[in-house]
Amino acid sequence: MTHQLKDGGQVLNVGMLARVEGEGGMHIEIKDRKVVSVKLNIFEPPRFYEGFLRGRKYTEPPDITARICGICPVAYQSASTEAMETICGVTTTPEIQLMRRLLYCGEWIESHALHIFMLHAPDFLGYDSVLEMAKDHADVVNMALRLKKAGNDVMELVGGRAIHPVNVKVGGFYRMPTLTELEGLVPDLERGLEDALAAVQLVATFNFPEMEQDYNYVSLRHPDWYPLERGTEIVATSGVRFPLAEVGEHIKEFHVEHSNALHASFDGEKYFVGPLARYSLNFDQLSPRCQEAALRAGLGQTCRNPFKSIIVRTVELAYAFEEALRIIDLWADGHAPSVPVAPRAGEGIGASEAPRGTIWHRYKIDSDGVILDAQIVPPTSQNQASIEADLRLAAQQWVDLDDHTLTHRCEAAIRNYDPCISCATHFLDLRIKRS
Amino acid sequence: MTAPARPKLAVWKFASCDGCQLSLLNCEDELLSIAGAVHIAYFPEATRAVVEGPYELSLVEGSITTPEDVKRIHEIRSKSGTLVTIGACATAGGIQALRNWADVEEFRSIVYAHPEYLSTLDTSTPIASHVDVDYELRGCPVDKSQLVEVLAAFLGGRKPRIPTYSVCVECKLKGNVCVPIASGQPCLGPVTQAGCGALCPSYGRGCYGCFGPQDSANTDSLTHQLHKLGMRWDDIVRVYRTFNAGAPEFEAASNKVASGGAL
Repeated sequence: MTHQLKDGGQVLNVGMLARVEGEGGMHIEIKDRKVVSVKLNIFEPPRFYEGFLRGRKYTEPPDITARICGICPVAYQSASTEAMETICGVTTTPEIQLMRRLLYCGEWIESHALHIFMLHAPDFLGYDSVLEMAKDHADVVNMALRLKKAGNDVMELVGGRAIHPVNVKVGGFYRMPTLTELEGLVPDLERGLEDALAAVQLVATFNFPEMEQDYNYVSLRHPDWYPLERGTEIVATSGVRFPLAEVGEHIKEFHVEHSNALHASFDGEKYFVGPLARYSLNFDQLSPRCQEAALRAGLGQTCRNPFKSIIVRTVELAYAFEEALRIIDLWADGHAPSVPVAPRAGEGIGASEAPRGTIWHRYKIDSDGVILDAQIVPPTSQNQASIEADLRLAAQQWVDLDDHTLTHRCEAAIRNYDPCISCATHFLDLRIKRS
Repeated sequence: MTAPARPKLAVWKFASCDGCQLSLLNCEDELLSIAGAVHIAYFPEATRAVVEGPYELSLVEGSITTPEDVKRIHEIRSKSGTLVTIGACATAGGIQALRNWADVEEFRSIVYAHPEYLSTLDTSTPIASHVDVDYELRGCPVDKSQLVEVLAAFLGGRKPRIPTYSVCVECKLKGNVCVPIASGQPCLGPVTQAGCGALCPSYGRGCYGCFGPQDSANTDSLTHQLHKLGMRWDDIVRVYRTFNAGAPEFEAASNKVASGGAL
């Protein structure tokens, strides 16, 4: 929607940004062809998780914090279980860790397939939705639905349910799936891996707007694996790296008036978490097959064009299929589903790589396991400053485009982040004002 | 419920996690058929296209937590033929209804440095507390086959076939071993509505009440049993106060225990 202002300027208005999770808005002011102000407004109502977690038991965050987000509940479950186990001085078994990673692969597959094909691809192919896209690209959409379903099937078996899994607890799982059950997933996962590798090359043929920034990428890092369910340290493009326990010293949250989601800074500066950051900081940890697929798709070992995040996300999709198959191949029955975790007074941090980037939780509990303090830092809130920086650059770079096209381009720039606004506040009213 | 040939469907969001509307996108096998049977007219999570109302069917996710949302739900009601709430937030206020027992001022200042920037109510309430609702679908999240049943019922002009008996019935049908009897773990199955397929007991854990109270929940008896299993009174209060804390039967049960009335 375009409004002419009395002084000759214009306001562009889109009631609600679509194909994102949650509700938020955008306000861009342009004066004499110069972008003067950019705000990502998040007015999704606050739900106060950190408030009502106080007084709950240390065993409850995996079930409770999962409800922050229906798209990435496992990210919350992983970070909260790790934090509690760290506080209580418990190390789980390698098998429990493997099963957590498998569950997380299911979430990456489900979430990435949703974003790549149903939320993001319509921007590149010129459709309003995947349903419109399906009329012309039935094969691609059917493949996407199959991929997504394969991820949900992993979550349903390992987690008990695709949205808000019930099988996760502090210390491990209530029940381990059996090898026979896991092997039942293999044919769809094998087909999914082939489809995902082909999809990497397919999305690489899209037309990508030229836009790059010098991002400070931040990601978890693990000595043995591409980071998913956990990492041992946090690394940044700036060269800064530190053990996870020190994250609170580097990442600070702050409250701005136009957003119900806290912003965050990394050593005082804006930063970027998510697939582009993970990929650029952990390329060496990807499997040879996924590295080869990425390079063949024309990506370098780092990628600084946020519109190309769709390629990186698809590489990660393939990786998640490959990992799931690797874990099932290693699996043997007979392992304890959990280890006992007795409460111990203390404070600790757990983190994982949610589909949208690093998420970390900090809890403080007393000797009875009662939560005294909780802090939850999801990826979208950390990325708000980077999203605003991208919007500023995009609006300036393409300021001469007509309002309709510029609005669409700016929306796409937001969707590059796969923002999850439910997570971050846990609405988007898009406005471009010209004067 | 009655429907024209290809009715317009709208999906609305209030305070929630997006999981219940995601359940619609998770109907991978049915999604394209659904999109053929209804005209998806407003569903921002899935499409930029917006078709003006009125809408024959509105699905509403989330609870009412802000003054603006009180106004918005009345506007949605006025342009909706049939209004169905989906999930625990929309039918009972969700986990965020825990604020109903707390000092919201304190919550605000725990989470946000500048509480004055926020516009929020002291309570999280279900949609039916504000407008007439034609059908409430339970679950945290909803079960996708129940969601498809609600859509099919709407299209067929009949009532949805959704059981209102307890999770215990589902356990019996599945042949599950009774979790509290076999392992002594607390289980809300006897007072919780079926619909999940007795998921938790099938995984060896007690039910934690995602689908809210069943049609004849005897919470006094369950409270007594939980106490006999060794649970402390404050722990019993907490098991009633999760995702359906604001459902009247669970709210009354937790208040009774908290006030010492169950002793």
